[in-house]
Amino acid sequence: MIDKSVASAEAAVADIFDGARVMIGGFGTAGMPDQLIDALIAHGAKDLTIINNNAGNGDTGLAALLKAKRVRKIVCSFPRQSDSYHFDALYHAGEIELELVPQGNLAARIQAAGAGLGAIYTPTGYGTLLADGKETREIDGRQYVLEYPIHADFALIKALHGDRWGNLVYRKTARNFGPIMAMAAKCTIAQVSDIVPLGALDPEGVVTPGIFVQRLVAIGNAVRAAA
Amino acid sequence: MNKLTRDQMAARVALDIPEGAYVNLGIGLPTKVANFLPADKEIFLQSENGLLGMGPAPAKGEEDPDLINAGKQPVTLLTGGCYFHHADSFAMMRGGHLDICVLGAFQVSQHGDLANWHTGAPDAIPAVGGAMDLAIGAKQVFVMMDLLTKGGDSKLVAECSYPLTGLRCVSRVYTDLAVFDLGANGASVIEMVDGLSIDELRTLTGLSLNDATVSA
Repeated sequence: MIDKSVASAEAAVADIFDGARVMIGGFGTAGMPDQLIDALIAHGAKDLTIINNNAGNGDTGLAALLKAKRVRKIVCSFPRQSDSYHFDALYHAGEIELELVPQGNLAARIQAAGAGLGAIYTPTGYGTLLADGKETREIDGRQYVLEYPIHADFALIKALHGDRWGNLVYRKTARNFGPIMAMAAKCTIAQVSDIVPLGALDPEGVVTPGIFVQRLVAIGNAVRAAA
Repeated sequence: MNKLTRDQMAARVALDIPEGAYVNLGIGLPTKVANFLPADKEIFLQSENGLLGMGPAPAKGEEDPDLINAGKQPVTLLTGGCYFHHADSFAMMRGGHLDICVLGAFQVSQHGDLANWHTGAPDAIPAVGGAMDLAIGAKQVFVMMDLLTKGGDSKLVAECSYPLTGLRCVSRVYTDLAVFDLGANGASVIEMVDGLSIDELRTLTGLSLNDATVSA
């Protein structure tokens, strides 16, 4: 019998190593896997490269991981926010490396990694600072920039329901990067509100097929009951 | 002359959004346009974090942390709306499926170059988000901004001095003083507020400006 569920968040992240590349789902705090991040902080892995849309909000989740100084580099599209003070302080102190990526290129590069593509040509960013020094090509009269896939050793994501084969469904806009990060990492760990019996998820409605998920942890009532 | 208020600018933009259009309203001033879309027309608002059919802010106490817009504010989903992941969301832009996006700007060039993500200040933490994807993705890119900075400099310029977001991507600019169409022939004035002349606009902007206003 295949059962990808793991007893605890701590057990799920136990093999994340120093220097690992870790994708973390979420747009702001929606979809951020707080319990997995807390477990990662407790676990102690350091020198991490984190891939996320933002660079932490407030004092919890990714912001707490940054505050604990476990992150060497962050790859994101929108670090600066009203409540990104932990990142801001590290950045100004020169204690964190930032790779700034336009949001759609971030998504496309993550998706390219999951799909096994060697690179993509994207029109986004052409002629801007964020394409400086990058190879470009004209295709059918339009200019494109060569961008490489973003791979990761681990992805930490949050979904609503999962089953023991790793099939996932999400909740509202908390879906955001979950499905594509699940595809791009060697080991995807999902925290879910609950693990349902096989067959309980409508096969037509499965958003992330279980092949992309290696471990899942039931967190209990981590999200509000569906509104 | 009577400068348009921000609400009047938003109402003016809303007039150019037809029923059935798929529209992304950028963070900040463009968000106001939603308040002026006619209730009797169905217009699809997209939010790049992953929803189509975005509705207004929820009633107090009804906020759901899993249902937010690109500005991370709580919103609602209209009946018939749907959710999707980030790669699909940006395919909607980059793939040319969005009809209109409305963005704010630091500067727009007379040929449609857009600068709205970074002032270039050395100590500023850069952040780009979806600005570059929106700028080059939507079929039509509208900019909403005050024509002049607080210091009186025109934000519609011959060439942008701030770092660019996208090249030759803005088709129309709505300001508090005039509405401009942009293209290979430069900027054309299509509307002005009462009491303003095209020559005064040319002086304010330092641009030659084509007169495309239609007399009432």
